[in-house]
Amino acid sequence: MESSIIRSENFNAFFGKNHVVKNVNIQIPKNNVVAVMGPSGCGKTTFLRCINRMHELIPGATSEGKMLLNNEDVYEMHPIFTRLKIGMVFQRPNPFPNLSIFENVIAGYSLNGIKLPKKEKERIVEESLTKSALWKEVKDSLHKKGTFLSGGQQQRLCIARAIAMQPEVLLLDEPTSALDPISTSSIEELLFDLKKNFTLIIVTHNMQQAARVSDKTAFFYLGELVEYDETKIMFTNPKDDRTQNYITGRFS
Amino acid sequence: MKPNVKFRVAKSKAIQAIIMLLAFVCTIPLIAIIVYIFKQGITKINWNFITNLPKPVGELGGGIANALLGSIYIVFFASVIAIPLSIMCGIYLSENKNGKLAYWSRLSVDVLQGVPSIVIGIVVYFWVVKPMGTFSAFSGSIALAIMMLPIMIRSTEETLKMIPDTLKEAGLALGLPYHKVILRIILPCGMSGILSGILLSIARIAGETAPLLFTAFGNPYLNTNMSKPMQSLPLLIFNYATSPYDEWHDLAWGAALILLSTVLLLNIITKLTTRRWKVQL
Repeated sequence: MESSIIRSENFNAFFGKNHVVKNVNIQIPKNNVVAVMGPSGCGKTTFLRCINRMHELIPGATSEGKMLLNNEDVYEMHPIFTRLKIGMVFQRPNPFPNLSIFENVIAGYSLNGIKLPKKEKERIVEESLTKSALWKEVKDSLHKKGTFLSGGQQQRLCIARAIAMQPEVLLLDEPTSALDPISTSSIEELLFDLKKNFTLIIVTHNMQQAARVSDKTAFFYLGELVEYDETKIMFTNPKDDRTQNYITGRFS
Repeated sequence: MKPNVKFRVAKSKAIQAIIMLLAFVCTIPLIAIIVYIFKQGITKINWNFITNLPKPVGELGGGIANALLGSIYIVFFASVIAIPLSIMCGIYLSENKNGKLAYWSRLSVDVLQGVPSIVIGIVVYFWVVKPMGTFSAFSGSIALAIMMLPIMIRSTEETLKMIPDTLKEAGLALGLPYHKVILRIILPCGMSGILSGILLSIARIAGETAPLLFTAFGNPYLNTNMSKPMQSLPLLIFNYATSPYDEWHDLAWGAALILLSTVLLLNIITKLTTRRWKVQL
């Protein structure tokens, strides 16, 4: 068996009495891109937000079951440590509007009160922006506000901000749904490079995207994990009828 | 049926004209006040007016140095009391939209805004002046601080509510503790709104007379001791304008002009700082 970095066991999530993630068991191997797809309201985003404990921030939201990161239950760690190890990129680009591009990338350190020498900061910023394929575009305007960038650039800035913390896992919640096709393809290309260093879990509405970028695909329907397999198999020879119906576009 | 286009165009022109006229009418009171006070006050103002103390009745000249300094003192200490309280309360209210405590404190803030200023003056008289045994500038500051609270709390709350939750999530997802997210991300993003709330509430209370009548009381001499009665601009205007002496009326007009210009200036500064500190969300 491959070494799995994230493993959930009998995981359930609720909004009040609403059972939105039902008994999910999944293993996510290291340095893979795993796509999570499914129709709207199927619990895929909720499941993603459970991995780094963002789910519990919503009033009335609860969860049960085990979510293991390297065999350690993240629900027994302090959420701050969880979130340092599991980075997240959101649906809409959300750079901190009061900070410059440079400050945005280093925000995870500076706002956490971690003091770094100037050289080290510059190294981290350059490295993260290079990895997120933004360095060439912004290297001359590092001290401008991040909000002056275009939507796609902002999203890559958010990716840089997340990977600057050297997380083990990066969660992407429909990272391209607010972007135009060109920005989308540049972010998709970026995912290929990123998986050398990180494990990526990407929630997507878009089946083509899942097929293009992922090694493995999970299909959620009505809160259940219906099927989870190699992406090639999922799209060519799904075992479950519901997966088949979804992929062939019989419902969405 | 063919619609009567000419009639429609005429009607919409007429309504447009009426709206513009009414909008202009609304600006008349302010312009009239500014022009009138300016005309009455400008001849009285000179360097001595600002730096001298009032002269006894019958003597020419004299200034309002005591009231000017007193107003600055009283308003400054009122701000020192009110700003931290209201910013914290505003943060609490914007962060807790549905809690019981938030509901009650939001309600009290709304009601407090409607409490007449004279009532606040009387209450502070019984709570602070009576136990201390003397009128004092300090008690005046407390009364004004109570008046500042609702204005600043509401503006802080409204400003912070406008900041998208996704920013807070971005901070938390980076592993930042909650207090850092509030202090380092949410507050700086809302700075322009909070600052404008502070400045507007100062402008609002700088001219308040009623809460100072039984608290700061007024003082014809220069006093910088917060535990003693102190003069302030609105008190001076009130006392001197109701006196029978022409020299004192002149002082009151001059003081009114200075008070009015300060308030106008504060409003202009508010507009400028809001633009300067504006964070593009």
